[in-house]
Amino acid sequence: MLDNQDQQAVAGAAAPALDDAPARLRFRDDAPFESPIAPLADFLAGGNFAAVRIDPGEDVRTLLPHLGRLKLVEIAFPKFRDGRGYSSARILREAGFVGEIRAVGDVLVDQLGFMRRVGFDSFAPNRPLDPAVVAATLARFPHVYMKAADGLAPVWALRHG
Amino acid sequence: MYRYDQYDQAIVDARVAEFKDQVARRLRNEITEDQFKPLRLMNGLYLQLHAYMLRVAIPYGTLSGTQMRMLAHIARKYDRDYGHFTTRQNIQYNWIKLEQFADLLDDLSKVEMHAFQTSGNCIRNISSDQFAGAAADEVADPRPYAELLRQWSTLHPEFSFLPRKFKIAVIASDTDRAAIQLHDIGLQLRRNDAGELGFRVYVGGGMGRTPVIGSVVRDWIPVGQFLSYSEAILRVYNRYGRRDNIYKARIKILVNELGIEEFSRQVEAEWAELAPLGLDAPQAEYDRIIAQFAPPAFDPAAPDDLDLSDPDFAVWVSQNVHPHKAPGYAIATISLKPKRGIPGDASSAQIDAVADLATRYAHDEIRVTHSQNLVLAHVKKADLYALWQGLDAVGLATPNLDLVSDIIACPGMDYCTLANARSIPIAQKIAAKFEDLETQRDIGELKIKVSGCINGCGHHHAGHIGILGVDKKGEEAYQLLLGGSGAEDTSLAKILGPGFDENGIVVAVEKLIAFYRGARSGPDERFLDTYRRLGPAPFKDAVYAG
Repeated sequence: MLDNQDQQAVAGAAAPALDDAPARLRFRDDAPFESPIAPLADFLAGGNFAAVRIDPGEDVRTLLPHLGRLKLVEIAFPKFRDGRGYSSARILREAGFVGEIRAVGDVLVDQLGFMRRVGFDSFAPNRPLDPAVVAATLARFPHVYMKAADGLAPVWALRHG
Repeated sequence: MYRYDQYDQAIVDARVAEFKDQVARRLRNEITEDQFKPLRLMNGLYLQLHAYMLRVAIPYGTLSGTQMRMLAHIARKYDRDYGHFTTRQNIQYNWIKLEQFADLLDDLSKVEMHAFQTSGNCIRNISSDQFAGAAADEVADPRPYAELLRQWSTLHPEFSFLPRKFKIAVIASDTDRAAIQLHDIGLQLRRNDAGELGFRVYVGGGMGRTPVIGSVVRDWIPVGQFLSYSEAILRVYNRYGRRDNIYKARIKILVNELGIEEFSRQVEAEWAELAPLGLDAPQAEYDRIIAQFAPPAFDPAAPDDLDLSDPDFAVWVSQNVHPHKAPGYAIATISLKPKRGIPGDASSAQIDAVADLATRYAHDEIRVTHSQNLVLAHVKKADLYALWQGLDAVGLATPNLDLVSDIIACPGMDYCTLANARSIPIAQKIAAKFEDLETQRDIGELKIKVSGCINGCGHHHAGHIGILGVDKKGEEAYQLLLGGSGAEDTSLAKILGPGFDENGIVVAVEKLIAFYRGARSGPDERFLDTYRRLGPAPFKDAVYAG
C-alpha cells in the first residue's frame, strides 16, 4: 500500500527543480491525481475542478454538496501546530468522501498516526520524511481508544466483541 | 479502582516507546526543539527555571497504595526526595534529568501510570471529586465517567493540536469540590425523575488571564451519549477557537464571542452529525468500568461512635474528617500544608507512609485534591485514631483543612519560567501569622489562593482571598483580590485596590481578617459570606484607610 515512488523519484532526480518538490507519501492504489488544484473560493465559484484545496479557517462543509465530482481534497498545514485540518479531513470522511485527502505543508512524521486516523491517505510534507521512521510510527500503536475515520475498532469494541 | 487490562497496558507501553523514540530523534537533531516541544509537553515534560519538570498523571486524583509507593520511589531515585501535588490532582517532580527519563517512564508504566497529556494543547488529565464513592450526597460515583473520558481523550487523533489546553472535570453532587464551573467542560452527574443518569454540561469556564464562570450548554445529556456530545464540543472548539493569539485561544473566549446560545446551537448541529456514528461506548463498557469502582465491602458492624477523649485528635477529627455514606466510616483529609511547609509538597518518606496507612486503614486507596491535599476516603471510624497517630508520626496530621493556613499556591518564581513573583514564601508568611490553631479555627473557613503570575495556576480568582504576583518595574508586587469561590457558589474574586510588596500583602491580609472577625454576623458566617453581605467597601477601608 505504501507508495514511495514519488519520494524515490525525488531522491534520485538530478534536476534542481525536482529537488524542491515535496516528497510524497501515498496510501492509495489508484493513480495519483495531478490536475490543477483549485483554491476553495475558485472551486465554489463554479470552475470545473476535480481537486480543491482547503486552508485553515475555511469551512470544509461547503464541499459536501460537491463530493461526487471531487477526486482530491488537499488540506493545508501552514504550521504543524494548527490542528483545524484534522477536523476537516474527518468531516469529509464522515460525509462519505472516498477520494484522496492529502495533507500538505508543515507535516511532520509524529503527526502521521493521527492524520491517518482522521482520514488522510496522502501526504506532501515540506520536508521529506524518513521512510523507516514513517513505518515505525505508523506501526506503533496496537490499539486505539476511540473511533475515528479509519474504521479501526476501539478497545471497547474489542473488549465486548 | 480502575485496573488496566491488556489493551490499556499495550497503549501505555506503545506510548512510552514512542516518546523514547522521539527523544532519541531529538538528541540526534532529526527534529527541531520547536517540533519537539509539543511532543514532550504532551508527555508531561516541561523545561523549567532550573531543570526539567515532569508532571505525572493521576487520573481523577485516585491512586492505589502501590502507585503511591511508586511516586515515592520516583522522588527518591530521580528527584530530590520529594514531589509536589498539584491543583489538577497530579504530581510534579522538579529536578528530572533527561537522560534518566526513559527509565522513569518504565518505572511508572509498571504500576499503570504515565505522564500523558498532563501538558500541551490537548485534553488534560480529567479531574473529579476527591470524595467520589464516599460522599453521602452523590447520585453515583463520578469516576467511571471520568475514566470513560480518560480513555476517549487519550491520543485523540482529531484533538491533539487544539488551539490551547483543555480541562474537563466531573462531579456527581450538588456540592462542588472540583470547581467544575471553572473548567473548559464541567460535568455534573444527576438523576432525573425517571431514575436515569445524565449530565448537566457547563462549558467555557476557566481562570488564567481572563477568568470566566462556565455557562450551561446543555442541562441534560444522557450518560450513554456524553462522549459523542463532548466530541461535538471539542470539534466546534477545534474548528473555531482562536489561534491568532495564545491569550484568546481557550474555549471560554469562543463561547464569550459567540454567546452561549449560538455556541450551543453550533454544538447541537455538530452533535446531530456525530450522534449517529456510534462513537459512544456501549453499555457493556460502562458496566465493566462501573464494576471496577464498586465500593469496598463496608463492614456493617463497624461501630459508628468515636472516642474523642484525646483533645488533639478531637481537633483533627472536627477539622479534617468528613461524614461517609456508610455508617461506621469516615473520610479523612491529610493536609499537605504543615507549618512552614510548601503547599502540596510531600517527602518520599511521607508519600510512603500515606501509602502504608492507606493499605492498612483505607482499602488501599488515596485521592489527591485540587487544593493540594490528600484524602483517604474509606476509613473505619474505629481506625481513625490509629490513622491519626500514624500521620502525626510523619508530620501529616495538621488539622487545618479549609482554614487560613490551608493555602493553595503555585510553584511561582522559585521554580516556574512563567512566574513574575514568588508564591510559596507569601503562603508561608501568611500561614506563619496565623500559626495559632485556636485563632485559625475562630476565623473559620477561609480559602487563600496565591498565583505567581497572571496564568493563575494558584487559582487566585477562586480565592476567598486571592493573591496575584505581578512584575512592577522589575520588582515583585502582589495584587489583592476578594470574594472568589470555586465551589457550587462559584464567583470570581475582584481586585480590592492598589497592590503591595511582599510584607505589605501579608499585613493587608491580617487587616482583612481582623476586620472580618469584628464585622461577621455570627460565628457561622464565613469570611466569604461577610464579604458578600457587606460588599468590598468596608474591606477596602480596613486595608487602605489610615
